[in-house]
Amino acid sequence: MGLETIFGNSFLTSRVDEAVNWARKYSFFQYPFVTACCGMEFMSVWASTYDIARFGAEFPRFSPRQADVLFVVGTVNEKLAPSLKRVYDQMAEPKWVVSFGVCATSGGFYDNYATVQGIDKIIPVDVYIPGCPPRPQAILDALIKLQEKVSKETVLKYKGLK
Amino acid sequence: MKAIESLKEKFSDKIISHDSFAGQDFITAKKECLKDMAVFLRDELHFDFLSDLTCVDYKGYPGRENAPRFETVYHFYSHKTKERISLKFPIEETSPNIDSLTGLWLAANWYEREVYDMYGIHFTGHPDLRRILMYEEFKGHPLRKDYPLKARQPRIPHED
Ligand code: SF4
Repeated sequence: MGLETIFGNSFLTSRVDEAVNWARKYSFFQYPFVTACCGMEFMSVWASTYDIARFGAEFPRFSPRQADVLFVVGTVNEKLAPSLKRVYDQMAEPKWVVSFGVCATSGGFYDNYATVQGIDKIIPVDVYIPGCPPRPQAILDALIKLQEKVSKETVLKYKGLK
Repeated sequence: MKAIESLKEKFSDKIISHDSFAGQDFITAKKECLKDMAVFLRDELHFDFLSDLTCVDYKGYPGRENAPRFETVYHFYSHKTKERISLKFPIEETSPNIDSLTGLWLAANWYEREVYDMYGIHFTGHPDLRRILMYEEFKGHPLRKDYPLKARQPRIPHED
Protein backbone atom coordinates (compact mmCIF):
# COMPACT_ATOMS: atom_id res chain seq x y z
CA MET A 1 0.00 0.00 0.00
CA GLY A 2 0.91 3.59 0.00
CA LEU A 3 3.98 5.27 -1.31
CA GLU A 4 6.39 2.61 -0.14
CA THR A 5 5.06 0.05 -2.58
CA ILE A 6 5.58 2.41 -5.46
CA PHE A 7 8.94 3.84 -4.48
CA GLY A 8 10.47 0.95 -2.58
CA ASN A 9 12.63 1.45 0.44
CA SER A 10 13.75 4.96 -0.44
CA PHE A 11 10.68 6.45 1.36
CA LEU A 12 9.35 6.40 4.88
CA THR A 13 5.87 7.76 5.35
CA SER A 14 4.51 9.13 8.59
CA ARG A 15 2.09 11.70 9.84
CA VAL A 16 3.39 15.21 10.31
CA ASP A 17 1.87 15.22 13.78
CA GLU A 18 3.83 12.22 14.80
CA ALA A 19 7.15 13.51 13.57
CA VAL A 20 6.67 16.95 15.08
CA ASN A 21 5.34 15.67 18.38
CA TRP A 22 8.18 13.20 18.65
CA ALA A 23 10.63 16.06 18.33
CA ARG A 24 8.70 18.28 20.69
CA LYS A 25 8.22 15.84 23.50
CA TYR A 26 11.90 14.97 23.79
CA SER A 27 13.17 18.52 23.74
CA PHE A 28 11.22 20.50 26.29
CA PHE A 29 12.81 23.81 27.13
CA GLN A 30 11.45 24.68 30.51
CA TYR A 31 10.94 27.95 32.26
CA PRO A 32 11.25 27.39 36.03
CA PHE A 33 8.92 29.79 37.85
CA VAL A 34 10.18 28.85 41.30
CA THR A 35 8.78 30.71 44.27
CA ALA A 36 9.03 28.51 47.35
CA CYS A 37 10.24 25.37 49.10
CA CYS A 38 9.18 23.03 46.27
CA GLY A 39 12.16 24.44 44.41
CA MET A 40 14.46 22.21 46.46
CA GLU A 41 12.91 19.04 45.08
CA PHE A 42 12.84 20.55 41.65
CA MET A 43 16.59 21.17 41.82
CA SER A 44 17.28 17.61 42.85
CA VAL A 45 15.52 16.36 39.72
CA TRP A 46 18.07 18.19 37.66
CA ALA A 47 21.01 16.69 39.52
CA SER A 48 22.64 13.42 38.55
CA THR A 49 20.61 11.07 40.80
CA TYR A 50 17.32 11.69 39.04
CA ASP A 51 18.72 13.32 35.93
CA ILE A 52 15.91 15.00 34.08
CA ALA A 53 18.21 15.09 31.05
CA ARG A 54 17.20 11.50 30.33
CA PHE A 55 13.88 12.94 29.21
CA GLY A 56 15.40 15.72 27.19
CA ALA A 57 14.02 18.37 29.48
CA GLU A 58 17.09 19.51 31.33
CA PHE A 59 17.61 22.81 29.62
CA PRO A 60 16.11 25.79 31.45
CA ARG A 61 15.47 28.99 29.56
CA PHE A 62 15.24 32.04 31.73
CA SER A 63 13.42 33.91 29.05
CA PRO A 64 9.78 32.83 28.65
CA ARG A 65 9.99 33.58 24.94
CA GLN A 66 12.35 30.66 24.45
CA ALA A 67 10.54 28.18 26.69
CA ASP A 68 8.01 25.42 25.94
CA VAL A 69 6.99 24.29 29.41
CA LEU A 70 6.23 26.58 32.30
CA PHE A 71 6.96 24.89 35.62
CA VAL A 72 5.12 26.77 38.36
CA VAL A 73 6.94 25.56 41.45
CA GLY A 74 5.68 26.76 44.81
CA THR A 75 3.22 29.19 46.31
CA VAL A 76 1.82 31.89 44.09
CA ASN A 77 0.30 34.82 45.93
CA GLU A 78 -2.02 37.51 44.70
CA LYS A 79 0.79 40.02 44.58
CA LEU A 80 2.73 37.80 42.20
CA ALA A 81 -0.23 36.69 40.07
CA PRO A 82 0.12 39.40 37.39
CA SER A 83 3.78 38.45 36.85
CA LEU A 84 2.91 34.79 36.39
CA LYS A 85 0.21 35.66 33.90
CA ARG A 86 2.63 37.87 32.05
CA VAL A 87 5.29 35.18 31.86
CA TYR A 88 2.68 32.78 30.48
CA ASP A 89 1.49 35.31 27.92
CA GLN A 90 5.04 35.90 26.74
CA MET A 91 5.66 32.25 25.96
CA ALA A 92 5.33 31.31 22.32
CA GLU A 93 2.95 28.58 21.15
CA PRO A 94 3.00 25.67 21.58
CA LYS A 95 3.27 25.90 25.35
CA TRP A 96 2.42 23.74 28.31
CA VAL A 97 2.10 24.39 32.01
CA VAL A 98 2.95 22.09 34.90
CA SER A 99 1.60 22.93 38.33
CA PHE A 100 4.13 21.69 40.82
CA GLY A 101 3.06 20.87 44.40
CA VAL A 102 -0.18 21.50 46.25
CA CYS A 103 0.48 25.20 46.67
CA ALA A 104 0.52 25.89 42.96
CA THR A 105 -2.28 23.41 42.37
CA SER A 106 -4.81 24.54 44.96
CA GLY A 107 -3.20 27.01 47.32
CA GLY A 108 -2.42 24.09 49.62
CA PHE A 109 -2.79 24.87 53.26
CA TYR A 110 -2.41 28.58 52.53
CA ASP A 111 -6.14 29.13 52.40
CA ASN A 112 -5.78 32.80 53.23
CA TYR A 113 -6.01 36.39 52.05
CA ALA A 114 -2.68 36.36 50.25
CA THR A 115 -2.55 33.16 48.21
CA VAL A 116 -4.00 32.31 44.82
CA GLN A 117 -6.09 29.18 45.32
CA GLY A 118 -4.56 27.31 42.43
CA ILE A 119 -2.80 28.76 39.40
CA ASP A 120 -5.52 27.35 37.15
CA LYS A 121 -7.53 30.37 38.22
CA ILE A 122 -5.09 32.48 36.20
CA ILE A 123 -3.56 30.29 33.48
CA PRO A 124 -4.47 26.92 31.92
CA VAL A 125 -2.65 23.93 33.39
CA ASP A 126 -1.74 20.68 31.62
CA VAL A 127 -0.33 18.52 34.39
CA TYR A 128 -0.73 18.75 38.15
CA ILE A 129 1.79 17.21 40.52
CA PRO A 130 0.48 16.43 44.00
CA GLY A 131 2.65 16.49 47.11
CA CYS A 132 4.13 18.92 49.53
CA PRO A 133 6.71 18.86 48.11
CA PRO A 134 6.37 16.17 45.41
CA ARG A 135 9.09 13.56 45.36
CA PRO A 136 11.44 13.63 42.37
CA GLN A 137 9.86 10.43 41.03
CA ALA A 138 6.51 12.23 40.90
CA ILE A 139 8.08 14.98 38.85
CA LEU A 140 9.52 12.54 36.34
CA ASP A 141 6.14 10.83 36.22
CA ALA A 142 4.52 14.16 35.44
CA LEU A 143 7.04 14.76 32.71
CA ILE A 144 6.20 11.40 31.14
CA LYS A 145 2.50 12.24 31.38
CA LEU A 146 3.16 15.52 29.67
CA GLN A 147 5.06 13.71 26.92
CA GLU A 148 2.08 11.40 26.42
CA LYS A 149 -0.18 14.37 26.22
CA VAL A 150 2.04 16.14 23.72
CA SER A 151 2.24 13.06 21.54
CA LYS A 152 -1.55 13.12 21.14
CA GLU A 153 -1.76 16.72 20.03
CA THR A 154 -2.08 17.93 16.51
CA VAL A 155 0.14 20.59 15.03
CA LEU A 156 -2.79 22.15 13.25
CA LYS A 157 -4.55 23.25 16.39
CA TYR A 158 -3.19 26.04 18.51
CA LYS A 159 -4.37 26.07 22.06
CA GLY A 160 -4.32 29.81 22.35
CA LEU A 161 -6.53 30.34 19.30
CA LYS A 162 -10.15 29.41 19.74
CA MET B 1 19.53 46.72 89.19
CA LYS B 2 17.43 44.99 86.58
CA ALA B 3 16.02 47.09 83.79
CA ILE B 4 12.45 46.43 84.86
CA GLU B 5 13.17 47.91 88.30
CA SER B 6 14.70 51.06 86.81
CA LEU B 7 11.74 51.49 84.51
CA LYS B 8 9.26 50.97 87.32
CA GLU B 9 11.02 53.59 89.37
CA LYS B 10 11.26 56.18 86.61
CA PHE B 11 7.87 55.72 84.95
CA SER B 12 5.82 54.62 87.93
CA ASP B 13 2.82 56.78 86.99
CA LYS B 14 2.77 55.58 83.35
CA ILE B 15 3.04 51.85 83.93
CA ILE B 16 -0.26 50.00 83.85
CA SER B 17 1.05 46.59 84.81
CA HIS B 18 4.17 44.47 84.77
CA ASP B 19 4.95 40.82 84.87
CA SER B 20 7.86 38.43 84.85
CA PHE B 21 7.51 34.98 83.40
CA ALA B 22 10.15 32.36 82.64
CA GLY B 23 12.92 34.88 83.12
CA GLN B 24 11.33 37.43 80.80
CA ASP B 25 10.13 40.84 81.89
CA PHE B 26 7.07 42.53 80.46
CA ILE B 27 5.80 46.03 81.04
CA THR B 28 2.46 47.38 79.89
CA ALA B 29 2.40 51.16 79.80
CA LYS B 30 0.51 54.10 78.37
CA LYS B 31 1.32 54.81 74.78
CA GLU B 32 2.23 58.48 75.39
CA CYS B 33 5.40 57.44 77.16
CA LEU B 34 6.70 55.11 74.43
CA LYS B 35 9.33 57.53 73.17
CA ASP B 36 10.53 58.55 76.64
CA MET B 37 10.82 54.93 77.67
CA ALA B 38 12.60 53.97 74.49
CA VAL B 39 15.13 56.78 74.86
CA PHE B 40 15.68 55.85 78.49
CA LEU B 41 16.14 52.19 77.59
CA ARG B 42 18.56 52.95 74.81
CA ASP B 43 20.66 55.68 76.37
CA GLU B 44 20.63 54.87 80.08
CA LEU B 45 20.11 51.11 80.22
CA HIS B 46 22.08 50.19 77.05
CA PHE B 47 19.26 48.39 75.24
CA ASP B 48 20.88 48.97 71.89
CA PHE B 49 18.91 46.42 69.88
CA LEU B 50 15.26 46.48 68.88
CA SER B 51 14.82 42.80 68.14
CA ASP B 52 11.13 42.79 67.29
CA LEU B 53 8.15 45.06 66.99
CA THR B 54 4.72 43.68 66.42
CA CYS B 55 1.07 44.02 67.34
CA VAL B 56 -1.80 41.97 68.72
CA ASP B 57 -5.49 42.35 67.99
CA TYR B 58 -7.47 41.37 71.09
CA LYS B 59 -10.91 41.70 69.54
CA GLY B 60 -13.17 39.08 71.10
CA TYR B 61 -10.42 37.83 73.38
CA PRO B 62 -11.96 36.31 76.53
CA GLY B 63 -11.51 38.54 79.54
CA ARG B 64 -10.51 41.61 77.54
CA GLU B 65 -13.92 42.87 76.50
CA ASN B 66 -13.37 46.31 77.98
CA ALA B 67 -9.64 46.62 77.39
CA PRO B 68 -8.28 48.51 74.36
CA ARG B 69 -8.43 46.44 71.21
CA PHE B 70 -4.81 46.57 70.02
CA GLU B 71 -1.50 46.25 71.74
CA THR B 72 1.84 47.00 70.12
CA VAL B 73 4.68 44.90 71.48
CA TYR B 74 8.36 45.85 71.49
CA HIS B 75 11.17 43.46 72.31
CA PHE B 76 14.51 44.98 73.27
CA TYR B 77 17.86 43.39 73.84
CA SER B 78 21.01 44.76 75.39
CA HIS B 79 24.28 43.49 73.99
CA LYS B 80 26.05 44.97 76.98
CA THR B 81 24.06 43.54 79.87
CA LYS B 82 22.64 40.57 77.91
CA GLU B 83 19.19 41.46 79.18
CA ARG B 84 15.87 41.38 77.38
CA ILE B 85 12.73 43.35 78.05
CA SER B 86 9.34 43.58 76.37
CA LEU B 87 7.12 46.64 76.35
CA LYS B 88 3.43 46.61 75.46
CA PHE B 89 1.30 49.64 74.71
CA PRO B 90 -2.49 49.31 74.53
CA ILE B 91 -4.07 51.20 71.64
CA GLU B 92 -7.72 52.11 71.34
CA GLU B 93 -9.56 51.13 68.20
CA THR B 94 -10.87 54.69 67.86
CA SER B 95 -7.41 56.25 67.59
CA PRO B 96 -5.09 53.61 66.17
CA ASN B 97 -1.84 55.52 66.29
CA ILE B 98 1.39 55.55 68.23
CA ASP B 99 4.76 57.31 67.95
CA SER B 100 7.26 55.90 65.49
CA LEU B 101 10.61 54.63 66.72
CA THR B 102 12.35 55.10 63.37
CA GLY B 103 14.29 58.05 64.74
CA LEU B 104 15.80 55.89 67.47
CA TRP B 105 16.29 52.53 65.73
CA LEU B 106 16.38 52.33 61.95
CA ALA B 107 15.20 48.73 62.28
CA ALA B 108 11.81 50.07 63.33
CA ASN B 109 11.13 51.28 59.80
CA TRP B 110 10.10 48.01 58.16
CA TYR B 111 8.57 46.57 61.35
CA GLU B 112 6.27 49.54 61.59
CA ARG B 113 5.35 49.28 57.94
CA GLU B 114 4.45 45.65 58.52
CA VAL B 115 2.29 46.46 61.54
CA TYR B 116 0.63 49.22 59.54
CA ASP B 117 0.02 46.84 56.65
CA MET B 118 -1.39 44.02 58.76
CA TYR B 119 -3.19 45.90 61.54
CA GLY B 120 -3.68 49.46 60.32
CA ILE B 121 -1.85 51.09 63.20
CA HIS B 122 -0.50 54.50 62.18
CA PHE B 123 2.98 55.39 63.34
CA THR B 124 3.24 59.12 63.84
CA GLY B 125 6.52 60.45 62.46
CA HIS B 126 7.30 57.46 60.25
CA PRO B 127 9.10 58.73 57.13
CA ASP B 128 7.46 56.36 54.62
CA LEU B 129 4.41 54.57 56.00
CA ARG B 130 3.39 52.37 53.06
CA ARG B 131 2.25 48.77 52.86
CA ILE B 132 5.24 46.43 52.86
CA LEU B 133 3.78 42.97 52.12
CA MET B 134 0.39 43.47 50.51
CA TYR B 135 -0.07 45.35 47.25
CA GLU B 136 -1.13 48.97 47.13
CA GLU B 137 -4.68 48.24 45.90
CA PHE B 138 -5.37 45.95 48.85
CA LYS B 139 -8.25 47.15 51.02
CA GLY B 140 -8.28 46.61 54.77
CA HIS B 141 -5.75 45.03 57.06
CA PRO B 142 -5.67 41.23 56.86
CA LEU B 143 -4.49 40.33 60.36
CA ARG B 144 -7.28 42.24 62.06
CA LYS B 145 -9.66 39.77 63.65
CA ASP B 146 -12.61 41.24 61.78
CA TYR B 147 -11.03 40.78 58.35
CA PRO B 148 -13.24 38.10 56.73
CA LEU B 149 -11.43 34.76 56.70
CA LYS B 150 -12.37 33.91 53.13
CA ALA B 151 -12.12 37.38 51.62
CA ARG B 152 -9.96 37.50 48.49
CA GLN B 153 -8.80 40.57 46.63
CA PRO B 154 -7.36 39.34 43.33
CA ARG B 155 -5.23 41.76 41.34
CA ILE B 156 -6.12 40.10 38.07
CA PRO B 157 -9.43 38.37 37.23
CA HIS B 158 -9.75 34.76 38.38
CA GLU B 159 -11.54 32.08 36.42
CA ASP B 160 -13.27 29.22 38.17
S1 SF4 C 1 3.58 22.50 48.23
FE1 SF4 C 1 4.68 22.36 50.19
S2 SF4 C 1 6.84 22.29 49.60
FE2 SF4 C 1 5.70 23.05 47.84
S3 SF4 C 1 5.74 25.28 47.98
FE3 SF4 C 1 3.89 24.58 48.99
S4 SF4 C 1 4.46 24.38 51.14
FE4 SF4 C 1 6.35 24.43 49.96
